[in-house]
Amino acid sequence: MDPATAETLAGAVETRPQMPAPLPPDERSAPLRDRILAAVALYPEPRSALIPALRLAQEEYGWLSTEAFEQVADATGFTPALCKSVASFYDMYRLHPAGAHEICVCTNISCALVGAGETLREFSRELGIEPGSTTADGRFTLRTVECYGGCGWGPVVSVDERYHEPFGPDRVRPLLDELRGQPG
Amino acid sequence: MSETGRILLDFDGDRRNIHAYEQAGGYASLRSALGMEAADVVATVDTSGLRGRGGAGFPTGRKASFLPKGRTPAYLCVNADESEPGTFKDREIMLRNPHALIEGILIMSYAMSATSAFIYIRGEYRTEFEVLKRALEEAHSRGYVGRNVLGSGYDATIVLHRGAGAYICGEETALLTSLEGERGQPRSKPPFPAIAGLYAAPTLVNNVETLASVPFIVKMGGEAYAAVGTERSKGTRVFSLSGNVKRPGNYELPLTATLRDLIEGHGGGMPEGRTMKAIIPGGSSTPLLMPDQLDTGLDYESIAAAGSMAGSGAVVVIDDRTCMVQLALRVAEFYRHESCGKCTPCREGTKWGTDVVRRIEDGSARQGEVDLLLNVCDRILGKNLCPLGDAFAMPIASYVTHFREEFQRHIDEGGCPFVEQSPIASLYHDVSGVPA
Ligand SMILES: Cc1cc2nc3c(=O)[nH]c(=O)nc-3n(C[C@H](O)[C@H](O)[C@H](O)COP(=O)(O)O)c2cc1C
Ligand code: SF4
Ligand code: FES
Repeated sequence: MDPATAETLAGAVETRPQMPAPLPPDERSAPLRDRILAAVALYPEPRSALIPALRLAQEEYGWLSTEAFEQVADATGFTPALCKSVASFYDMYRLHPAGAHEICVCTNISCALVGAGETLREFSRELGIEPGSTTADGRFTLRTVECYGGCGWGPVVSVDERYHEPFGPDRVRPLLDELRGQPG
Repeated sequence: MSETGRILLDFDGDRRNIHAYEQAGGYASLRSALGMEAADVVATVDTSGLRGRGGAGFPTGRKASFLPKGRTPAYLCVNADESEPGTFKDREIMLRNPHALIEGILIMSYAMSATSAFIYIRGEYRTEFEVLKRALEEAHSRGYVGRNVLGSGYDATIVLHRGAGAYICGEETALLTSLEGERGQPRSKPPFPAIAGLYAAPTLVNNVETLASVPFIVKMGGEAYAAVGTERSKGTRVFSLSGNVKRPGNYELPLTATLRDLIEGHGGGMPEGRTMKAIIPGGSSTPLLMPDQLDTGLDYESIAAAGSMAGSGAVVVIDDRTCMVQLALRVAEFYRHESCGKCTPCREGTKWGTDVVRRIEDGSARQGEVDLLLNVCDRILGKNLCPLGDAFAMPIASYVTHFREEFQRHIDEGGCPFVEQSPIASLYHDVSGVPA
């Protein structure tokens, strides 16, 4: 790594606030339909629950399959076509199945200025795939994303929706080793 | 205000725990506000001179006073969509001082007699969502949120709503459309949200930092807050500093501070062996400032006078290695990706413009395409429903104006002359010099 970049990354480590431990995942004991209806009840008008409902369905199925859209449509009263048109507008909905772990690398300007490209290339090399694709064994999806709101602590990488900052190329291998060691 | 000059984040570590926040005097402002007439709370905010910290810098008290009196329902929407490239301050505020945001929401909700408040937080902020969720539960259990807040008779409902990844949803009318369960496309104004916002009801949209400042204003009094800052830019602002500096991070500074105070004083200046090439002063949608403008004040007026915009308070420092065409390409690609497609000049222009920058960068552009690029920017500028089209055209045009010879060199030499040195090059080229 360029020494100037290394200096910036060291500064970022000092200024980044301590992140709290993640909350345990939500109880999924209730059926999806009931969880969607609970979301609907939070809003003065049910249509506001569509975006939360799509998220719930994606969490249930891993991606928004035809069946997932049917479920959302059933519970919210909208048509599947409308649900799909809304989902396609937003970047976080998966319209195709993804790998067990989703790795996103921010390549917007602040991260790019401190070497996000090198981090991305390192992921590509280690996983043997291009950004935007999934490994043949279905374990990893690698994506580039736009600004994640961690610009001063970049390069920002998120793994399964948790941020890792700053994430230089030297952190790629240890992270993948750790994820590979996990069951699933 | 203490001698640090900070107001909103005047402590080390965090005050996520409600007891820590209460011990530092938290929720006392809510108590005082509930004992005041709603109109007097708005007047206090107005006196403070607080201006929106989301990007447009509109006076907060004035905006609240536009709401028609006594019309129900009415809503407060909190803009926690933070996605202007370079900006990461709302995230730090939510992580370190979430109760200040909640208290600000409660005070503002009371002041405008809101039926309920919605926090629209960008979907990627999962940990921050969890922090707010927990903080709201705590606030609920202490009687600050819910029915009959602290025995005042005022009922406060706050709904946490997660977005799903779309920069445009930070624009206030797009945020409302998205909150109504649709594709997040902006609406034309008027009618302004104050008259017809969420579900066509009177609605106030405010940024996280704006609202989190409100408890401090109530506590200090409007005049004391207005004593900080310049004639027209009051109080402190949390600046997001990123790019090629020694100590990037968020720094809360009074609005009398300069770019030099931020970059050299707090950010430690350039990393060893580097010099400054340019500065983005207010997020990626703002035109460049040059190193000889370092003494520019960080207040809204000074940055405007210097030829740019204070925007979201995100300062990005660019060092001498950087290829400005590659930087322009990244900015162009971003706005092109985020254009919602509603207006022709924005939808078509961001695509055309991006294609031209890409051709210049990869060396396939013909002579004259630098002017073509300026022409495309000119045809986008000021011709759209929302400011996103301008957010493409203004910075791109400024990159060309300040670094025209660099753009031209790419055309003349048939490629990027800086591949071996530019930190952005590895996104576009197989950089041989980079050690594996
Ligand atoms: C394309 C675009 C994106 C925006 N993104 C944000 C954002 O992420 N957060 C924000 O607070 N304001 C954003 N704004 C500004 C909002 O439209 C609005 O002015 C602001 O939320 C009002 O709150 P304030 O007066 O407290 O600043 C954006 C504006 C535009 C045009
Ligand atoms: S200017 Fe662009 S983003 Fe804004 S409404 Fe028009 S097409 Fe959509
Ligand atoms: S530029 Fe990468 S997080 Fe903002």
